Amino acid sequence: MIHTIASSFDDIENRSILDLGCGCGMLSIGCVMLGAGSVVGVDIDPDALDTCQQNLEDFEMDNVDLINASVEEAGLLFRNKFDVVVMNPPFGTKHNKGLDMKFLETALKLASRSVYSLHKTSTRDHVLKKAQSWGAKPQVVAELRYDLPATYKHHTKASVDINVDFIRFAVS
Amino acid sequence: MKLLTHNMLTSKAIKQVNTGYPLLIEARDVKVSEVEFNPEFIAKIIPKVDWDCLRRAAEQLGHLDKIPASVPDTYENQQEFLKQAHHVLLEIELINGDLVCPESNRKFPVTDGIPN
Repeated sequence: MIHTIASSFDDIENRSILDLGCGCGMLSIGCVMLGAGSVVGVDIDPDALDTCQQNLEDFEMDNVDLINASVEEAGLLFRNKFDVVVMNPPFGTKHNKGLDMKFLETALKLASRSVYSLHKTSTRDHVLKKAQSWGAKPQVVAELRYDLPATYKHHTKASVDINVDFIRFAVS
Repeated sequence: MKLLTHNMLTSKAIKQVNTGYPLLIEARDVKVSEVEFNPEFIAKIIPKVDWDCLRRAAEQLGHLDKIPASVPDTYENQQEFLKQAHHVLLEIELINGDLVCPESNRKFPVTDGIPN
């Protein structure tokens, strides 16, 4: 994902990047590996951030700063915009419906160039329409298919195939 | 938490706070590390940095001597200046301490480099 962002869109090298909902930091690490200028990772979960910190040390990444905050707080937290926002938001299927749209709305406010995100293909029309109403120009870069094994208590099947859109939202 | 990040943070998420900037730093543990110098990136972000805020932050971390008083006009070509800016923005880190909102005096703890 990061490789496409870097090579097709020149949105990684020397850019200031925000990883919204960074979790254990996979996207952030990818960004640093491909030459990001600086990366800030925000997540609401302190345990995820601990894991992220550990991963950063293991991979010897030194240009990532982490902040413990919710997505609403993140919208008001920064004085300046970042060049690019990358994210893999929670899809909002069980208890947090619409959370991925909240992430998108906040991300669009915090980016000066572009936002890269993943959303369920089944919500594509809604996502594209909402993004346009917020002034962004969306482009579906790829459609991915994940075979996700059960990870939460409310998952009843052993694994599920899920179709996901990788979308670039141009802000400028 | 690096000073580059601190330079961007406000406490506007608190209700009734108007500006919430800059956040004061009460430092307990500070670390200096080595980060790869990228002059192109530094030159790009200098215009975004509030230099006074940066100086005050460096002072609160006990590293005022490393930072130039102001940004020279042709900073893009001055390697020495860019190197000093790089050092202050990315290599000095607050590990443990508090960030204080200038308006509400509310404290945000920084633990292990991560502000809450």
